[in-house]
Amino acid sequence: MPESATPLGHPARQTSEAELVRRVRDGEHDLFYELIRPYERRVYSAAFAILRNTADAEDAAQEAILKAFKHIRQFREEARFSTWLIQIAVNEARMRRRKDHADLMEPIADRPDESGVYTPRDFADWREIPSEALERKEIREKLAEALASLGEIYREVFVLRDMQHLSIEETAETLGISTASVKTRLLRARLMLRDLLAPGLGGPWMSRLSFEKGAKPW
Amino acid sequence: MVVNCEQVWHEVSDYLDGEVGVELRAAMDEHLRACKGCSSLLAGMRNVVSLYGDERMVEAPLGFSYRLQRRLEENSHPTRRTFFGWAVAAAATVLVAGSFEAARSYGLGRTPRSAHAQAGNHVPPDLMVLVYPEGKTFHAAGCPFILDKKNLRPVAAQEAQREGYVPCVRCMKQYLS
Repeated sequence: MPESATPLGHPARQTSEAELVRRVRDGEHDLFYELIRPYERRVYSAAFAILRNTADAEDAAQEAILKAFKHIRQFREEARFSTWLIQIAVNEARMRRRKDHADLMEPIADRPDESGVYTPRDFADWREIPSEALERKEIREKLAEALASLGEIYREVFVLRDMQHLSIEETAETLGISTASVKTRLLRARLMLRDLLAPGLGGPWMSRLSFEKGAKPW
Repeated sequence: MVVNCEQVWHEVSDYLDGEVGVELRAAMDEHLRACKGCSSLLAGMRNVVSLYGDERMVEAPLGFSYRLQRRLEENSHPTRRTFFGWAVAAAATVLVAGSFEAARSYGLGRTPRSAHAQAGNHVPPDLMVLVYPEGKTFHAAGCPFILDKKNLRPVAAQEAQREGYVPCVRCMKQYLS
């Protein structure tokens, strides 16, 4: 498994990050925010993916970061700091979800037959979406909506792997499942998202966007 | 080795991640060259992965960093409120009470940064707004009147007003009489 394409593996950053970890451990508590700053949004989005509510996600994310601060001595230096932080956030969010018994209200699609064959819907060519499309709030909302509609087990894997850029092994470890399960769920999640988004992103949304180009948001 | 469409659907995600063996990859490449449906499926999945993997999909609410930093500060100095701390706090309370009258006649805590702009009415004190050092006004996120996007700082409206900022005429116009 190749290293994911994030800038996290950059040697310069690793050195300064390791240095920061050491200094925080040695009592320079004010440096902790410096250490987590590059990842704070990712911590929030990991919590949000599980809780799907902004207020709960913010609270869980902050609590997770505080826990990381309190337990920084438990961080093993051979691990990636960002992964450790995300793992704490996922645990915190899952714990809160259990507490709220929200799992009773999960959609039925959450308890599927994982081994069943999924047949992708047939779509005409989905032309490549320029990444500038993400500048549009409307597009980001469509993507977030589609993601929120996935069953829990697929959403968690997809978010950790494709949005947080964890490796397959790290995703498996974080969620306490096998790497084979990660791969199966990831396949299903990606196929479902493609099926949900292809009709819109391939056509109507994008053409409406070009039509609206230049329109003022107020 | 030859693969059919169903096998491609089953392996397409691993294929994208470089998790299939050499032989299977070659067979899939050959199938994908000939099969329009499967190559469209692969393109669609690639789109999904690259769109969601984009940094811009990871957002936090306005003011998140600010609230986080405050919470961290409270937690990293839990023992600071020693006797001295309490004495300072008590002294500050007396001062604040004394300055209340003065502040009331003065309106805002400081002279407004702009002589022409109006002070806001009924701005919710906890509303998170954005300010920048050279600016005179406070804004909602995404306001086109924000000129210095690099030095934006989220702050509660109350605090912004105390620092002399006034509501932006465009994005905060509901608070202007």
